[in-house]
Amino acid sequence: MTESVSVPELHAAAPTGDVDPNSPVDRPNRIDVTDLDIYYGDFKAVEGVSMTINPNSVTALIGPSGCGKSTFLRSLNRMHEVINGAYVDGSVVINGRDLYGPGVDPVAVRRKVGMVFQRPNPFPTMSIADNVLAGKRLNAKRMSKGDAEALVEQSLRGANLWNEVKDRLEKPGSSLSGGQQQRLCIARAIAVEPDVLLMDEPCSALDPISTLAIEELMLELKDTYNIVIVTHNMQQAARVSERTGFFSIEGTGKPGRLIEMDTTEKIFSNPTEQQTQDYVTGRFG
Amino acid sequence: MTIIDPLPTGEQDAGSDRKLDEPVGRLGDRIFGGLSFGAAAAILVTLGAVAIFLFTQGREGVTADATNFDGDQGFVEYVGPFLFGTIYISVIALLLATPVAIAVALFVSHYAPRKIAQTLGYFIDLLAAIPSVVYGLWGISVLAPILARSVFPPLRDNLGFLPFFGSDVVLSPSGRSTLTVGIVLAVMVLPIITAISREVFVQTPRLHEEASLALGATRWEVIRQAVIPYGRSGVISGAMLGLGRALGETMAVAIILSPSFGFFWDTLTNSNSNTIASNIALQFPEAAGLSVNRLVATGLVLFVITFGVNALARRIASAGFSGADG
Amino acid sequence: MSTTDELVRDEPVTDPRPTDDMTSGSLDGWPMRGIVVAALALGALTWVPSGSVNWARWVVASLLVYVIGTAIVSRIVESPRQATDRVAKALVTSSFFVVLLPLVSVLWTVVERGSNRFDWAFYSTTMRGVVGEGGGGYQAIVGTLVITALTALFSIPFGLFTAIYLVEYAKESAFSRLVTGLVDVMTGIPSIVAGLFAYALFVLLDGPGHTSGLAGAVALTLLMTPVVVRTSEEMLRLVPNELREASYALGVPKWRTIVKVVLPTAIAGILTGIVLAVARVIGETAPLLVTVGITNDVNWNPMSGRMATLPVFSYNSYKFPTLPPQASIDRAWAAALTLVLIVMVLFSIARILSTILKPKGLK
Repeated sequence: MTESVSVPELHAAAPTGDVDPNSPVDRPNRIDVTDLDIYYGDFKAVEGVSMTINPNSVTALIGPSGCGKSTFLRSLNRMHEVINGAYVDGSVVINGRDLYGPGVDPVAVRRKVGMVFQRPNPFPTMSIADNVLAGKRLNAKRMSKGDAEALVEQSLRGANLWNEVKDRLEKPGSSLSGGQQQRLCIARAIAVEPDVLLMDEPCSALDPISTLAIEELMLELKDTYNIVIVTHNMQQAARVSERTGFFSIEGTGKPGRLIEMDTTEKIFSNPTEQQTQDYVTGRFG
Repeated sequence: MTIIDPLPTGEQDAGSDRKLDEPVGRLGDRIFGGLSFGAAAAILVTLGAVAIFLFTQGREGVTADATNFDGDQGFVEYVGPFLFGTIYISVIALLLATPVAIAVALFVSHYAPRKIAQTLGYFIDLLAAIPSVVYGLWGISVLAPILARSVFPPLRDNLGFLPFFGSDVVLSPSGRSTLTVGIVLAVMVLPIITAISREVFVQTPRLHEEASLALGATRWEVIRQAVIPYGRSGVISGAMLGLGRALGETMAVAIILSPSFGFFWDTLTNSNSNTIASNIALQFPEAAGLSVNRLVATGLVLFVITFGVNALARRIASAGFSGADG
Repeated sequence: MSTTDELVRDEPVTDPRPTDDMTSGSLDGWPMRGIVVAALALGALTWVPSGSVNWARWVVASLLVYVIGTAIVSRIVESPRQATDRVAKALVTSSFFVVLLPLVSVLWTVVERGSNRFDWAFYSTTMRGVVGEGGGGYQAIVGTLVITALTALFSIPFGLFTAIYLVEYAKESAFSRLVTGLVDVMTGIPSIVAGLFAYALFVLLDGPGHTSGLAGAVALTLLMTPVVVRTSEEMLRLVPNELREASYALGVPKWRTIVKVVLPTAIAGILTGIVLAVARVIGETAPLLVTVGITNDVNWNPMSGRMATLPVFSYNSYKFPTLPPQASIDRAWAAALTLVLIVMVLFSIARILSTILKPKGLK
């Protein structure tokens, strides 16, 4: 485990070139997206997105189905490349590095930018503890038993799951309830110590009580991570996020666009765009 | 050693020791991907090799002058009776096996209690896994005597007007005839047809079945109206795959059949057309020189036929399934 | 048929409520059971002429009475539609039992005749210098083990990597479609043709008359590989994509994702398939007949010389018996029994593997 905290190096790695002058805070782990187009083969899924995502906060992405918000989220850690023929045009800069720059390894990107999926997906062949350690173990990182135990406890505490599972760490991850499984997936993601945590509708498969637990967890995690969440649930976006981006499409086959991005309060009370107004008031989508 | 780090704060550098463009497992990916691609490419090479080697070894057997062989037979004259025997016996096996296989598949999919259906499926798979040499031994020492004693005589006496039985034929006293082999092969290919039919029967959309039930249909009417039409292409392709298996079956035929050279329609006598595969197994250990090449050439003929039958089976299956979905 | 008349007369449901068309005329319950018992009893009459118990004849006769009896009774008591339904059920059920007949007969014969030489000597001695009685199949067991092990060594990596290529790497390309098609072609190669191929290959490498265990293993590899590809491919496709994505999102490279996440999740099915594929090839006779031949001695070296194998040993002992023939034939059955036992053990292993290795959480 890295016990030394190398703050100076961190600031040295802070953005240098593509700094958004309008950014309220200039801190590490900020994400600057500039003019991003995402393609699947010939199909342009998302067009012309530019946005700044501030660290230590929750940013929500909302919009109707098929508007490209999930695709956009996946482009932030190059997960969309899992599908054949996917590529992007534009830049995504974190800490001064363009994720799509030449020579950048998508595998390395994903260690910096973690992800939690719509449906909880713990590895069925692994115990709870091994699920948490999966990121390290699968990358063949050798860890002493003590380090491993420490990381398991720290990550599970970080995901508010420790007290519920500490007595059955060797049980299969799938023995947990859906909400617990999702928190296990969050623990698994933060065990890799990413800078950014992406969440793709993390509560859509969960009951209200589990949803509440995840939302509370997000509010705690944002002290540490830059969190971006895609959600269908506008109440959820309003509850957890500081800033909200609204995506939409003009019609099927057309690319998704970022219509408006602002503080969550503004988006839900007094958006600039009529489309946003229609969507958040439920008149469309 | 067991210092539990506090949760990393925003100020902590989370893993700054890793650079974004540090190659992570790239070499591993290249090696592993290369191995996988290599294996797939090796399939291509292997089959190419099969075709080329059989062709080079078999060519002389086809082109060599007929005078080189016993009886001065050209290749076509030589392979003809075996080709006939192969197809004749396989078709008998298929005709016997298919109706029973469909019934067994229906029993497992629609009649047997679900709990025991799985065990039944296991027994049918076991039937498929019994080595063909064992079927051969069983066929010649158990089935053939029974058939010769108590089935062949009534067949000749009562159904002798049928051309493949014959009313005035001399029955095979040992029972080592075409019909016996056909029955043994039927037992051997039945599990294949059953397994594939069962698979498609189980997949019949519940909605189709319920629609039929809601109209007051009995179980058999449901099967006739919903299950059989849905599974028809699967059953046909299963039967074709079974045919492919029967065409290539070697040992059971080699052990049981009492072969003669020529074309024989009678199924109950001691004069039977041998099959290509069985002929190779019987002749190969003794063969030398051009005879080996000729046997390889007959093997190539068998390969081409089974290939055609299997290709047809798959075409039927894929056409049927896409039709059922759309 | 007096039995059936009796059943009709005693039918309790029909008479009391003849107007209720929801319940009238049903043979469900004990009447059907009665027909089955009556059929079994009538079938037993076939014992009378010969004076001995003939199981096969009894089963066939009982099934006939059962089908016909059901048809008549149901047509009288119920309706023609019901009768058709019941006859269909009777036929379908009967055919299942008809199929069980050869299976039971084969297993019974193998056990009965194989047990004559199911002794320690069969498993510990060879045929070297044996004329007539005695001797054993030790050399054949060695040969079968060596050749099957070699075959597994070749086909498992070959088949597994091909399956991994098809599922994890192949894009929708002409190449992957070609490979899939060729695997299908391989599945249909007759076993004797596989033997001829291996023979032709080694003749080219080593000259005419080549025999070796290796040639046999090459022939069997041709037969086993497509089975491994098919089952592995099927199992790999069952692994939910979410698990791959979860692994990628943790920054795990693709090959480690395959080795540590995808394969362990699918391992139960893959191993089961491999064990069943081994069971398939271990009984193959024809390809070994043309490539490996037969010998009386133990030969551990697959690189050269003839090797005895259980199926070929069984075939040869039966087809070309030495004097007295019964000793040879007994050895043939003992080898057949050994093969069947191996196949059944492999089947049981496959079953156990598929239950204990199945990841508990997989939906």
